[in-house]
Amino acid sequence: MEEMLKAENISFRYAEDQPQAVQGLSVKVKRGEFVAVLGANGCGKSTLAKHFNAILLPQTGTVYVEDMATNDEERLFDIRQKVGMVFQNPDNQIVATVVEEDVAFALENLGVPQQEMRMRVDEAMKMAGIYKHRSKAPHKLSGGQKQRVAIAGVIAMRPDCLVLDEATAMLDPIGREKVMHTVHKLNEDYGITVVQITHYMEEAATADRVIVMSEGHVMLEGTPKEVFSQVELLRSLHLDVPQSTELCHMLTQAGCPMPDDIIDVDECAAALYQMLTGKPAPAGKAEVSV
Amino acid sequence: MLRDITIGQHFPGTSILHTMDPRVKLILTIAYIVMLFVGSNPAGLAISIVLLMVLYTVAKIPMKMIWKSIKPILPIILFTAVLNLFFMTGTSEPIFSWWIFKIYKEGIGYAVLMSVRIVCLIVGTSLLTYTTSPIVLTDAIEQLLHPFAKLHLPVHELAMMMTIALRFIPTLIEETDKIMNAQKARGAQLDSGSLKDRIKALIPVLIPLFISAFRRADELAMAMECRCYHGGEGRTKLKQLHMRGSDIIIAIAAIVVFVAIGMSNRYFPRIG
Repeated sequence: MEEMLKAENISFRYAEDQPQAVQGLSVKVKRGEFVAVLGANGCGKSTLAKHFNAILLPQTGTVYVEDMATNDEERLFDIRQKVGMVFQNPDNQIVATVVEEDVAFALENLGVPQQEMRMRVDEAMKMAGIYKHRSKAPHKLSGGQKQRVAIAGVIAMRPDCLVLDEATAMLDPIGREKVMHTVHKLNEDYGITVVQITHYMEEAATADRVIVMSEGHVMLEGTPKEVFSQVELLRSLHLDVPQSTELCHMLTQAGCPMPDDIIDVDECAAALYQMLTGKPAPAGKAEVSV
Repeated sequence: MLRDITIGQHFPGTSILHTMDPRVKLILTIAYIVMLFVGSNPAGLAISIVLLMVLYTVAKIPMKMIWKSIKPILPIILFTAVLNLFFMTGTSEPIFSWWIFKIYKEGIGYAVLMSVRIVCLIVGTSLLTYTTSPIVLTDAIEQLLHPFAKLHLPVHELAMMMTIALRFIPTLIEETDKIMNAQKARGAQLDSGSLKDRIKALIPVLIPLFISAFRRADELAMAMECRCYHGGEGRTKLKQLHMRGSDIIIAIAAIVVFVAIGMSNRYFPRIG
């Protein structure tokens, strides 16, 4: 099965007197893919995320998780087990008063036998890198640690797909980096499909594919390089581009031609080196900290 | 400032009382309360006091904690004692008599009995909360009440609410702190003025706190749904409570002491 998630021509609005949050939207996410969804506030990206595990049901169109339609109530728990969701505020998604019990929460709900639960909880905590905090109270942890507890609580269900709804928005830079590292590891080592809703362009730049949304539609879709090279279009949608892309774009506009597909610091440094010295950048020298 | 408040009175430790099955502990505590009211003679009360002393020593709870738990209810103890002292009438001549106040021998006896009872009651139940964390206690209550779920009593829901409340107390305290600081930064006078002014000043703290609590509840409900929460039906537990040999031994020992308290009524004169 190629497709993990498939939304077909879906529309949704929260109330009669409100505009469409998503409108005639179709997206596909392949198994094992890392997809970032970008968009300004109120563009419908969170609404889309909530469609992926049947928190919201489309008013027209259909969302499929593998071959299950999300409006099939009998498969609701199968769908939610397949697609785990992590939200923005870590405080508001931790239920239990001890880390390991919170990680076990989903498994307790699913009625997993105790011995298997113990094993899966430990495994999930190790995967999310919070095993050493297992007997602490959640409020004693930092934001990044709490968010990794939330991730562990979801991956204990052994989902095939992880949907992160601005999961890094409330974290400090170190916490964000740790969470992103964990998510990438889950994607690469365990083949978990990731859909990440984000505001941070640097995070989107590390995805396999970027979807840009505006007013409930998909405006742009492609690899990070393809998407971020459209600097003007992104600006018109009130979105930024990664800092290095912006620098290159400004240099080009100032009459100093730079490649337009640069999305990270290393590439940018290498291009600058080549431009200034006329030689290709030596390997390993391109490490620049920002 | 709010951050220093400790929730519950749990006093962590590793003694046999700490590691005991909380269900057994809870039942024994309730039985102890009953026995306090059954044994209304000096010997019965003496046994209750000795039992408490032994248990506190075993649990390694510092004696100053006992004082800490009695202190808030001291007025109630005094009030009960004084009432009993003056209103208890006896058959013999009053020991002391002035205007309408008459003190009888029975009155003194009963005042002492009631005071000791209340002190033992508080100190005994405090031992339960000192040695059991609120989370474990919630588990025990849920499991003990489990049979009542058949009578459609929302046992699981109650336990879930308790757990969530315990989980969110520190979060909400932190939030209150933040809101208070924010209001202070806007010139709110939270710590000065008359009592009425101070209560009024709390309104701009409480309203944002409530609104945020509702928002949190909404998000938490969604996160719980995402993790397949569907009530208590078919749920398993990560940590199962187990009765061990030592629990049974302690239970038997406790029952022997309780029987001794009950029997003491036969051989010693009851007070009052």
